[in-house]
Amino acid sequence: MRWIRRNVVVVAGLLTLAYMILPNLVVMVFSFNKPKGRFNYSWQTFSLDAWKDPCGVADLCGSLTLSFQIAVWATIGATVLGTMIAFALVRYRFRARGAINSLIFLPMAMPEVVMAASLLTLFLNMGAELGFWTVLIAHIMFCLSFVVTAVKARVMSMDPKLEEAARDLYAGPVQTFVRVTLPIAAPGIAAGALLAFALSFDDFIITNFNAGSSVTFPMFVWGSAQRGTPVQINVIGTAMFAIAVLMVIGGQLVSDRRKRAAKP
Amino acid sequence: MTATEAPPAPPTPPTPTVTEAAVRKVPRRKRLIPYWLLLPGILWLLVFFALPMVYQASTSVQTGSLEEGFEVTWHFATYWDAIQEYYPQFVRSLLYAGTATVLCLLLGYPLAYLIAFKAGRWRNLLLVLVIAPFFTSFLIRTLAWKTILADDGTVVGALDALRVLDVTSWLGWTADDRVLATPMAVVCGLTYNFLPFMILPLYTSLERIDGRLHEAAGDLYARPATTFRKVTVPLSMPGIVSGTLLTFIPASGDYVNAELLGSTDTKMVGSVIQSQFLRVLDYPTAAALSFILMAVVLVVVTVYIRRSGTEDLV
Amino acid sequence: MTETSPTDRGGDDVRLTGISKSYGSFHAVKPLDLTVPEGSFFALLGASGCGKTTTLRMIAGLEDPTTGSVFLGEKDVTGLPPHKRPVNTVFQSYALFPHLDIYENVAFGLRRRGIKSVKKQVGDMLDLVQLGDFAKRKPHQLSGGQQQRVAVARALINHPKVLLLDEPLGALDLKLRRQMQLELKRIQTEVGITFVHVTHDQEEAMTMADTVAVMNAGRVEQLGAPAELYENPQTTFVANFLGTSNLIEADVAEKNGDEVVVTSAGVKLRLPADRCTSQVADGGRLLVGVRPEKISLAHADDAGSVPAGRNRISGRIVDSSFIGVSTQYVINSPVCGELEVYAQNIERDGRLVPGAEVVLHWNPAHTFGLDAAQDIDAGVKTVDEEGA
Repeated sequence: MRWIRRNVVVVAGLLTLAYMILPNLVVMVFSFNKPKGRFNYSWQTFSLDAWKDPCGVADLCGSLTLSFQIAVWATIGATVLGTMIAFALVRYRFRARGAINSLIFLPMAMPEVVMAASLLTLFLNMGAELGFWTVLIAHIMFCLSFVVTAVKARVMSMDPKLEEAARDLYAGPVQTFVRVTLPIAAPGIAAGALLAFALSFDDFIITNFNAGSSVTFPMFVWGSAQRGTPVQINVIGTAMFAIAVLMVIGGQLVSDRRKRAAKP
Repeated sequence: MTATEAPPAPPTPPTPTVTEAAVRKVPRRKRLIPYWLLLPGILWLLVFFALPMVYQASTSVQTGSLEEGFEVTWHFATYWDAIQEYYPQFVRSLLYAGTATVLCLLLGYPLAYLIAFKAGRWRNLLLVLVIAPFFTSFLIRTLAWKTILADDGTVVGALDALRVLDVTSWLGWTADDRVLATPMAVVCGLTYNFLPFMILPLYTSLERIDGRLHEAAGDLYARPATTFRKVTVPLSMPGIVSGTLLTFIPASGDYVNAELLGSTDTKMVGSVIQSQFLRVLDYPTAAALSFILMAVVLVVVTVYIRRSGTEDLV
Repeated sequence: MTETSPTDRGGDDVRLTGISKSYGSFHAVKPLDLTVPEGSFFALLGASGCGKTTTLRMIAGLEDPTTGSVFLGEKDVTGLPPHKRPVNTVFQSYALFPHLDIYENVAFGLRRRGIKSVKKQVGDMLDLVQLGDFAKRKPHQLSGGQQQRVAVARALINHPKVLLLDEPLGALDLKLRRQMQLELKRIQTEVGITFVHVTHDQEEAMTMADTVAVMNAGRVEQLGAPAELYENPQTTFVANFLGTSNLIEADVAEKNGDEVVVTSAGVKLRLPADRCTSQVADGGRLLVGVRPEKISLAHADDAGSVPAGRNRISGRIVDSSFIGVSTQYVINSPVCGELEVYAQNIERDGRLVPGAEVVLHWNPAHTFGLDAAQDIDAGVKTVDEEGA
């Protein structure tokens, strides 16, 4: 009894963690299922069919490629624009600072469906053709604020003396930026880019409104929820999960080794 | 202080540049740098975030049809009609989103606390486990709940055996010994989907708390529960505020969980906007609904931020 | 960058003419003329906010002066950005680049000037500061003292005409600070480069520098060799900020030739006329100063043994603290509430305890006179500042 009272936080925390991870386990297990009928919701028999042929469903890998392309370009666009804004906000004084801060905060404080609907109104009014470009524009828009926030935090915690030191040591403005500012701000920029990629790749609501007849991966999954869920979806989900976890663990190991090597 | 401190006549300058260099101004090119840095991104937000809001406002007061085209007629009745027809969905959206937010806080706080203070060398592993589910598309993970909450599944069987379903269906959360297609399933899905958005800000603000503060509180005669209430919670307030905002805002406009896990009786306002826009093609009603949702969320958020006294988030 | 090749030599005094810096209506540095001779170790000493760091930053080019010019030798560098000035800085808290290892930190300036083969120079420089084995470490893996030496090496490797040091020892503990003071002095003598050193620590300034400029509220109060400043302070600020002074308010009684006689609370004191900073006139007022270590103490019973011709004041010991080398007494006397006396612990008189009646006496030549029309407590260190 006393053990439970002392560890109530640990138990509750681990239960929450289980709640968060359970769906991933289900996705993984059901990637080995061989369902009867069109929906993969109940367990039948073990099978490796889907793993052997992950692109075996029409349009699935095409949608995956499209999502990937959009995410890459949206990440590049949002990271470049967002980093510029973050630097301006931290390093310079200028007019209308409050208005600009609100303009950056608002997209994060807006339900996605509102942005999705209003953006669609704009595109319809302008007679824009819905597809790759409209989705890309939308993704850069909503990723931008998150990049600004991530980079701003990093640049703010940076000692301005470091740039003074660089200038003092014969580095001109460009060299100071390339050799000192950028490398030190890099972790913040990388975090912002990673977040932008994840947000863009996984976005459904805004994409669904503005994609026209293009189908991204989340839209494919959405459609299949109505028509029938192929096991390949679970294969892709599991593979993405595994790759990401391996990358995180790999990165951790590399940085651990580097730290150890640098120690006396 | 000012007039009396006039500079003394400088000693005969060895070169004539001295007086010229006396008072320098920042060159124009340099002063414009921040504006050049801001321009592309801000322009992007103005054109693709702010301007659409204007278009939407205008659409919401238009009348007409898809065939004949729409015209601005200042037809504000659309708003009234929309509210009258869809207020159940509005109320439901706020209710579900609010419930999910509270559940996220209750479930998320212990985990964030555990990672921040008790995890020791397991900290990084736990953090990875919190973030890792993100890497699988949230739609796939939401579909997995269909399996977990299936009518003939273990979860529903256990809840039924424990008579929990009797209680929840008496409360109106579930119906007919099912969990799927009920409010409970939708709230469960919302809670699940937005938990990481609660846990990460909570963790960030908890992690900043100096562990010695707990010892100091204990030293000053506070029992663990009092320490938690008087020290930990107030110091983690920024995390609580940004976590609840990051959960409530997207949850209130979400329609994925309502559509995938709910039924027609659990439709949220996002579903209505989506179907008016993409299926019914009644743009004015859709725009009006979307505007009302935006207004409601902004009001709720503003009041909440004011009351919790953390305006420096913006 | 060839036009300001940092290895250029000859006539390299640093001259500031009419230089000032204002932020809005706040005058951080008031118009100031200053010459730092080539090859000297020059200290700017003052409390925080006195304008010393701003002055330094204007020499470095990190701050644009509001008025005035900076000259290096005959060259006006006022308009040059920092990276075009043959001047390097050792920053407060060092500002070592966290993403580069020690080797690359030290090589940074050479590389920016397009020098390809830096290996030998960096190696020699790291040896000079005794960090040869640490080349591959990152800054955060070094102790404070080691980081400090890297910062010095990183600046010195460029052979600047002037090395600017902004509170370089502020982050070190006392013992290390003493050690680094000697180390910096050794390096300066070895390389012969002009050092301009900013500090709030008067002992540090006096041990290291050839010339000290004491700054207060944006202006230089007094400039000179440490001993000169200490023995002949021109203002109460210098008298109190540099060490401790006993200042006594007194009326001028008479002036015979090169000696001035003053009275305070009925006590007659004498001092040399050439050690008075202000015009002395009969009936005028004067602040008479004497350093605590110049005063001798005799128990009142031995008053007769005090030699004639010395200034003498009687009083009572109110406090004494034993600090090893010396004992510091606080003495209450009619002329001044609290007089401080430092007595070397050579032969300790057991009677000199709080409550004892004593006679203070000192050589009149050790007395100085200051203008009475200034704040008698200017520059007195408060508890807060001591901790800084």
